[in-house]
Amino acid sequence: MKYYDKLIFELSKKGRRGFTLPKNHWADKTSEMPKELLRGEDAELPEVSELDVVRHYTNLSNMNFGVDTGFYPLGSCTMKYNPKINEEIAALPGFNHLHPLQPDETVQGALEVYYNLNQSLAAITGMSEFTFNPFAGAHGELTGLMTMRRYHEMRGDDKRVKVIVPDSAHGTNPASAAVCGLEVVEVKSTPQGTIDIESLRPLLDDTIAGIMMTNPNTLGLFETEIKEIAELVHGCGGLLYYDGANFNPLLGKVRPGDMGFDIMHLNLHKTFSTPHGGGGPGSGPVGVAKHLADYLPNPKVRKGNDGLFHVIHNEEATGCVSAFMGNFGVLLKAYTYILMLGKENVRLVGPLATLNANYIKECLKDSYKLPIPTVCKHEFVFDGLLDKFTGVTTLDVAKRLLDYGFHAPTIYFPLLFHQAIMIEPTETESKETIDSFIDIMHKIAEEAISEPDTLRNAPHNTPVRRLDETTAAKHPLLNYRELLQS
Amino acid sequence: MAKTIDGLYYSESHEWVKVVDGVGYVGITDHAQQAMGNIVYVDMPDVDDDVEQGEEFGAVESVKAASDLISPITGTVVEINEDLGDAPELINKDAYDTWIIKVNMSDDSELGKLMNAADYAKFCENEEH
Amino acid sequence: MGISYFPHTEEDIQSMLQRIGMKSLDDLYSDVPKDFVYNEEYSLPSEMSEIEVRRKFEELQNKNSRLTVFCGCGAYDHYSPAVIPALISRSEYLTAYTPYQAEISQGTLRYIFEFQSMICELTGLECTNASMYDGATSAAESMMMMMAATKKKTRVLVSDTLLDQVKKVIGTYAKWHGVELFHIPAKDGVTDLDILSAEVAKGDVAGAILPSINKYGIVENLSGVADQLHAQKGLLSIYCDPSALAVVKTPGEYNADIACGDGQTLGIPMCYGGPYVGFLSCKKDLVRKLPGRIVGATTDVDGKRAFVLTLQAREQHIRREKANSNICSNQSLMALYVTIYMSLMGKQGMKDVNELSYGGAHYLYKELLATGKFKAVFDKPFLKEFVLSTTLPVADLQKQLLDKGIFGALQTEEGYVSFCVTEQRTKEEIDSLIEIVKSM
Repeated sequence: MKYYDKLIFELSKKGRRGFTLPKNHWADKTSEMPKELLRGEDAELPEVSELDVVRHYTNLSNMNFGVDTGFYPLGSCTMKYNPKINEEIAALPGFNHLHPLQPDETVQGALEVYYNLNQSLAAITGMSEFTFNPFAGAHGELTGLMTMRRYHEMRGDDKRVKVIVPDSAHGTNPASAAVCGLEVVEVKSTPQGTIDIESLRPLLDDTIAGIMMTNPNTLGLFETEIKEIAELVHGCGGLLYYDGANFNPLLGKVRPGDMGFDIMHLNLHKTFSTPHGGGGPGSGPVGVAKHLADYLPNPKVRKGNDGLFHVIHNEEATGCVSAFMGNFGVLLKAYTYILMLGKENVRLVGPLATLNANYIKECLKDSYKLPIPTVCKHEFVFDGLLDKFTGVTTLDVAKRLLDYGFHAPTIYFPLLFHQAIMIEPTETESKETIDSFIDIMHKIAEEAISEPDTLRNAPHNTPVRRLDETTAAKHPLLNYRELLQS
Repeated sequence: MAKTIDGLYYSESHEWVKVVDGVGYVGITDHAQQAMGNIVYVDMPDVDDDVEQGEEFGAVESVKAASDLISPITGTVVEINEDLGDAPELINKDAYDTWIIKVNMSDDSELGKLMNAADYAKFCENEEH
Repeated sequence: MGISYFPHTEEDIQSMLQRIGMKSLDDLYSDVPKDFVYNEEYSLPSEMSEIEVRRKFEELQNKNSRLTVFCGCGAYDHYSPAVIPALISRSEYLTAYTPYQAEISQGTLRYIFEFQSMICELTGLECTNASMYDGATSAAESMMMMMAATKKKTRVLVSDTLLDQVKKVIGTYAKWHGVELFHIPAKDGVTDLDILSAEVAKGDVAGAILPSINKYGIVENLSGVADQLHAQKGLLSIYCDPSALAVVKTPGEYNADIACGDGQTLGIPMCYGGPYVGFLSCKKDLVRKLPGRIVGATTDVDGKRAFVLTLQAREQHIRREKANSNICSNQSLMALYVTIYMSLMGKQGMKDVNELSYGGAHYLYKELLATGKFKAVFDKPFLKEFVLSTTLPVADLQKQLLDKGIFGALQTEEGYVSFCVTEQRTKEEIDSLIEIVKSM
């Protein structure tokens, strides 16, 4: 990785062009429009050559780290390998050039992908039907909660305005609930890290719309009392929502539908190998049990008696959450992955991801503090270094890992531990890669004792080093004009 | 050790009140500013807004945390500390010299529900354990 | 193991199991109640090789029709320069996560900063976030921003001339979030500003969401609207097409507080509705209410210029239920897509694209009227999209066009037919459309 300092604006030179358009032979010009509808001054966009653009974005990419660069054990993010065939399929012109409002008979191939992926995910999760309209995991949560509220509304049950969220939940859970107009009620975890049933019981009454659960939870622990929780929540008339952010360890092994969940979302960009793209585009399909299928948002795809696929809208739906039908291009990638895996290999995903996580946990617990020693699923949490006397923090460990060519784990989450280090290796990493990570983590633990300042000042070998985040937040410079004036 | 000052009233959510001529000056305690770290932004109400004891009236933010400001008293905001717009770090420099809002108090008896300096110091100590 | 995505050999598995004191992979699930372990065969196809998968998708894509597109309505057939797919497929961008570790994410952080800067140039506003999901959700988020920024107001005005799908999404968010909407009707094809004024005067309006270019393709004149709203402490959000903002009046020039919209017009393939990229811009005094990720400039410990996610204390991972939005992942790679597009097109090219679309659209408009089978509905300025009424049976017209490989004449709710022309449509293509109409 090499530091490169330019912004595209700084390569700009008046009159330079980066693209050639067809000659304009038309008679009409925008200058015919009334002047009060036209912009006064030109937007200051860069004026650069095509090669300038190519070099610039190539140089920028060299300051980035992806799954293809190296091991990326970022907890709760499931940074598995993103197969290259996915990308080629998603770029096929026969899909790429489809206008979203084209008549059904001209998009049968696209609708077949939508329908078949739906059937596949239903088989994998034990749900009845999915919508692919949500664009990301958080959007899926919101859509799922809207579906939940619609279910209660259609039953004339308007008292249910609260949703229960465990204290270990991802921050998106309470945020999604608030956007959906629900009041958040937090339920505590036991010292063993799972939901405390005795704390849950008194919260359950006829104002509860449902509970949002992540299983395994953010500590990587399976909620073993899920059966009882499901009975209790259903008993009070609420629904169970499954946050699929942590579905990877259950892929091929356990189905949320069988555990009693009524609504769930998946992150295709986690579990189903579509790339994260530096923060999207993802896809957050929402699946529901049969009695909720009508409430999923519009539009939907159904197979007609004529054997053709149709885009439909129904009145019972909770509304619309996207302009068209979500990130279709991402669906192509996920469907490719499922076809490559097939019913045989899908069984291996969860177990191998879980094996990798438990192996790292066992190998590192002699140097890092393991607060919960039981078997984990796809990820687990250390509470910082075992040796607390060095004063070296989790942040220092994370930054030092960058020097050694690894991405850092998720740090300071979940909030239950002050020095949380959350490690998720995924199933696509080999024993060799994992062993080298373990060696480096041991080495860092030794450095914490022998040369703590090296860690406190890490990273040393990256394109830039630790940043002044305080000034960035206090005096925000958010665009190039402001930067020039600063 | 966090500082406390005699003569101020303290809330469990770590705000202080100083009463001068029926006007309550409200800020956050030294304990609170230490816990937050470098403060980068203070979200304040508008003048003439009503605040209520125990209710949120704004927030303080550091780089990686945010904490709601809970009003220790009820009344109407008569002034906000404009200096904090450019220099939120004033709170870190001296939490008791940096008021956030001034409130025309509508109920003096509410002060009875707040702690004095000694009790607040004890409260903080217990909270840490 | 059968498949190339799993590197584990049988020997690896055994030695790793041994290290953790387990006998089989099943032992890893000893904590899962037995009845929840799924032992049946999954109802999925059998594994395929890459060769078979490619063949399957080639068959699937052949079930779609590749059409010459004369339709807009929220998705536009603009050209994507070859440079863009070549650059965005670089795996350093493609396979990275959200840039939390700034030291090894300067590539992502810089292009987001450039994206923010360019969208600010187009909208004329000071702050832009790292992207939203799409135009419809960005409009809905602007509604929530206005509610959060104007604490005591209870209603949001929404123009009926916004795209139908945008109104539906705003309506869905409003219903569940608890926002009362008032729909301002259209008058002569544009937002009825008299009704808007009357509603604003009631004093309970948090803000209004109005289109810059509306669902009929008409460029609306929104002069004076912001002043009326501001006088009542309300806000103005303008839904716009960022490509068109290279020529039409900007939200900044209208003194709007927020701009929202969809960046698909900046060269993103239509791809059956996504992925696209939403954007959300605002004035500086609203930046703390702006949802999602924001990148700012700073320096590192050595004084080097560097970029970082900033103002994070607004976001869901810190504020939880108090955050203004739940958004985290957005459409980052598509933000890169349009950033490269805007760099290639540049200051002049962005205007040229609009001139080509404008010229072609007006040629088609006039030629359709000249057939005598279409009538003008509104006599208002438009850019690349317009509606007409027709004496032809619409279903028949659409079918005749489809038979010749043309997608156009989409029918609106009011019974008009809609057409759109981008820089990709040639005179020959437009003439052949006209010939079909004449033959009817």
